[in-house]
Amino acid sequence: MNAPEAIVFIRQHLIDPEVCIRCNTCEETCPVDAITHDSRNYVVDVDRCNGCMACISPCPTGSIDRWRNVAKQAAYSLEEQFGWDELPAQNNAQDALPMSTAEQDADKTGGMQINAAVSPSSAMAPWSAAHPYVNLYTLKNPVTATVAGNYRLTAADTQSDIHHIVLDFGSQFFPILEGQSIGIIPPGTDVNGKPHYLRMYSVASARDGERAGYNNLSLTVKRVVEDHEGHAVRGIGSNYLCDLQKGDRVQVTGPFGANYLMPNHAAANLLMICTGTGAAPMRAMTEHRRRMASQGKAADGKLMLFFGARKPEELPYFGPLLKLPPAFIDMHLAFSRVENEPRAYVQDKLRAAANAVTALLEGDTYIYICGLKGMEAGVMEAMHDICQAQGMDWPSLHATMVREGRFHVETY
Amino acid sequence: MSTIDYSETIPNNVNLSEDKTLQRALEHWQPNYLNWWRDMGPDGATNHDVYLRTAINVTPEGWADFAHVKMPDYRWGIFLAQAEPGRKVNFGESKGQDVWQEVPGEHRANLRRMIVTQGDTEPASVEQQRHLGLTAPSNYDLRNLFQVNVEEGRHLWAMVYLLHKHFGRDGREEAEALLQRNSGDADKPRILEAFNEETPDWLAFYMFTYFTDRDGKFQLNALAESGFDPLSRTCRFMLTEEAHHMFVGESGISRIINRTCQVMKEFGIEDPEQVRAKGVIDLQTIQRYLNFHFSVTIDLFGADQSSNAAAFYSAGLKGRYEETKRDDDHSLKNSQYRILEVSNGKLVEREMPMLNSLNELLRDDYIRDSVAGVGRWNRVIEKAGLSFRLVTPHKAFNRHIGPMAAFKISPDGNVISETEWAANVRNWLPSEEDRAYVASLMGRVIEPGKMANWIAPPPVGINRQPVDFEYVRFN
Repeated sequence: MNAPEAIVFIRQHLIDPEVCIRCNTCEETCPVDAITHDSRNYVVDVDRCNGCMACISPCPTGSIDRWRNVAKQAAYSLEEQFGWDELPAQNNAQDALPMSTAEQDADKTGGMQINAAVSPSSAMAPWSAAHPYVNLYTLKNPVTATVAGNYRLTAADTQSDIHHIVLDFGSQFFPILEGQSIGIIPPGTDVNGKPHYLRMYSVASARDGERAGYNNLSLTVKRVVEDHEGHAVRGIGSNYLCDLQKGDRVQVTGPFGANYLMPNHAAANLLMICTGTGAAPMRAMTEHRRRMASQGKAADGKLMLFFGARKPEELPYFGPLLKLPPAFIDMHLAFSRVENEPRAYVQDKLRAAANAVTALLEGDTYIYICGLKGMEAGVMEAMHDICQAQGMDWPSLHATMVREGRFHVETY
Repeated sequence: MSTIDYSETIPNNVNLSEDKTLQRALEHWQPNYLNWWRDMGPDGATNHDVYLRTAINVTPEGWADFAHVKMPDYRWGIFLAQAEPGRKVNFGESKGQDVWQEVPGEHRANLRRMIVTQGDTEPASVEQQRHLGLTAPSNYDLRNLFQVNVEEGRHLWAMVYLLHKHFGRDGREEAEALLQRNSGDADKPRILEAFNEETPDWLAFYMFTYFTDRDGKFQLNALAESGFDPLSRTCRFMLTEEAHHMFVGESGISRIINRTCQVMKEFGIEDPEQVRAKGVIDLQTIQRYLNFHFSVTIDLFGADQSSNAAAFYSAGLKGRYEETKRDDDHSLKNSQYRILEVSNGKLVEREMPMLNSLNELLRDDYIRDSVAGVGRWNRVIEKAGLSFRLVTPHKAFNRHIGPMAAFKISPDGNVISETEWAANVRNWLPSEEDRAYVASLMGRVIEPGKMANWIAPPPVGINRQPVDFEYVRFN
C-alpha cells in the first residue's frame, strides 16, 4: 500500500423511499443484482453496486438517483435501508460531488464497493472517445468465453501472484474499449448456497484484441490471498481466474463502463498513474496508441506513465514496458520495497517530474488514475503542490478537467 | 442485436424488413393508426413540442432517450425485450419444454383472445384521457399525460405486431377492429367495462394510472411468463414503460394529499366543507374516488372461478405474477385457494382448486401491491400530523363481476341490504356533487413551474430537469 490508511469515503447509491413507487424496474435492470426489495422498500447493496448507472435512466421516478457520501465502514446496510421511510440527511456538504463510474477488481475486498475513489471523477467520457457498447450480456444472459492463455506475470519467487489471462470470444459479438470492464461469474455457490455474484475486471488489451485482429481480450488479475488488513482470505473470483487452464470456458457479462475511456483524437496527451493491477487500463490504452503509431497513423499526443509496485519482480508487464522507446512514452516506475533503496511511491515520481507534468497539464491532456485507494490522496496532494509551484491553480484545473471528461479515477 | 432501426417507416428491433409481407401489412395499418390518433388521441395537442422519452434501443441506457417532439411524429414502433437464450416454459403441462416461437395450433384461439383483450385496453385509455390536456394542473403534469398517451399507443402497436405476425388474416382483422371500437361508444364499446368509464378530471386520471395501470402491470407480468416467447418478450418491454404510468398516479395523488394537508394545517381546519372552501380536495373525497377506482379495477381480473384461466395456465399461455420466482410445482393440480362467498348473510372463505382460482390469485397479488402504495400516501398525512387515514375497501365492495356482484357489501366487508346501501352510497363512492366539485377546480395551468392550487409541486423533475423546465412548448 502506498500511503497511510485514511478514513475512506465512498459515494453510496441509495433509493429515495418517499419518491420510489416500487415498480421493480431497477431490480430487473441491474446487471449485477445489487438491487433487492422487501414489502416496504427497494434498496441497493453497497457490497455489490458498481455504480454502472444502468438503473438510472429506466427509473420512472428519479428516486434512484440518490447518493450519500459516507465513510466506507459506516455504509448503510440493507437492514437499515429496509427500515427507512425517508432518506437520512447528508451530514456533510459533499452531496454535490459528481459520480465516479466504477469497475475494478471486487475481489480484494471480499466484495466491498468497488470504486472507493474519493476525488471527483468525470461523469462523462472524453469528447472524442469511441462510442462504447455496454450491458450486452447480463447475469441472466451471459456469454461464454474460452481461455486462450493464462500466464503468471510476476516472478515465481515473489509473494505477488499476478496473472495475464486471455479470453477468446470466437464469433460472438463482444466489442470492448480500453478502460471498460467485464464481469466474470465464478461457478458454484457461496456459503449461503446462493450463486456467486459477478466480479469485475478492467480489460488490459486494446479494442482490436489482445492479438490485433482477433476476437479476444486480456485481463490482469492478482490472486487474492489476504484482505486489506492482512487476514488470510482466498478471493473467489481471482483464484478461479488464476487457476483457469487453456480451453476452460468462462461465463462473462458486460461490457461495463461508459466514462473511463480514452480520447480518440491523435493530439490528446494521456497522463496515466497506476499501481499494481491498476495497470490494466493503462496497458490497454498504451497498446492502442502503440498500434496506431506502428501503422503510421498520426499520434502527436504524448504518453506519460507513473507506475508503482513494491519491486520490479512484482510489477506486471515490467519486461515489455521497458522495451517501449522513450520517444513513445515517458515512463516513471516507483518501487517501494527494493532492498537498500529508499521507498518510492508514484507521488514521489510525480514530484520529481514536476516540470514535465505541468507542461503536459497546460496542454490537451487526459488524466487516468487506477489502483489501490491508498494512492489517491498522495497523488492529489502531489498534483496540488506541483501546480502551486508553477503558479497553476490545481483545484480549478481539476474541476475543469472533471467537467470536460478529462479526469478519471478508479480505485479499490 | 437490440438496436432499433429508425431509418425504416416503422422503427423496430424485429428485423421487419426481412419479412416483406408483414412489413406491408403493418405499413398499411400505420396510416389508419395515425388517423385514429388524430381523431381520438389528445385533443388539440398535435402541434405542441413535448419533452418525451423514446426508446432508441431496448438496453437500459437506450430505451429512455429524451427530446422535444410533436406527438404525431413520435416514433411508435415494435420493440421486444432481448431474448433469453434457452428459455423454457415454466409452468403448466408443457413445463420444461423449449418456449414456442410460433403459435401452437391448439392454442391459437385462446392466445388471440388474450392478445386482443390486452390490446383493446391500450387505445381505450388514450380515448378516455383525450380531453384532460385542456385542464392540466401544470406544464409538468401535461407532459406526463402525453407521455402516458404515446406509450399506450405504442402498447397497441406491440399487440398489433403480434396479431399481424402470428395470426394471419384473423389477426389483421382484429388489428383493424382495435381502431374501430371506441371507449364509451354505445354501439362499439371497448371490451372491458372499466375502459368505457370516463376519466373526467385529474383526480380520476391519477387514480386511474395508480389503480388501473397497475392492473396492466399484473396482466403484463402474467403474460410475460407465457410459453409463447414473442408475447413474453413484448410484455417484458412494455412493463418498463408501464412503470412510468403508475408513477404518474402514485405521485399525483401523493401531491394532492400533500397540498390538502398543507392547507388543513395552515388554517387549522378538518371539516371537508371548510377544506373545500380553500380550493383544495378534501381527504374524504379522495377516499371516495379511491373506493371507486379500486373496486372497478379489481373487477378487471375477471370471475373468481374461471375455467378459462385454468386452461390458459395449464397450456402454458399465461402464468401467475412472478411465476418463475415461485417455489412450487408450477402445475397446481393439487393446490387449493381460498375464495370468498356469502353464507348466512356473512362473507366466508372456502377452499377451491387453485387452478380455477387463478383470477382471484392475481387479484389478491394486485391488492397487496395497491395497498402498499396507499400506505405511502398515508405517511404523507401522518407526516403532516393529521389523524385521517385512507383505506382500501374490502375486495367484495362494489363489485360487478363475480359472485359478489349479486350482493351489496359495505367497504368494511359486511353484507348489507339494498336500503342500507342506498342510504350510504354517497359516503362511499363519489357523488355527482363530488365530481362537480372536483371538476370546478380543473383549470389550465401551463406556465413552467406553476401548479394549480389543489396540487403540490413534484419533488423532482423528469430526467433530472428542474420542475420549472418547459416540458411542453406551445406553438
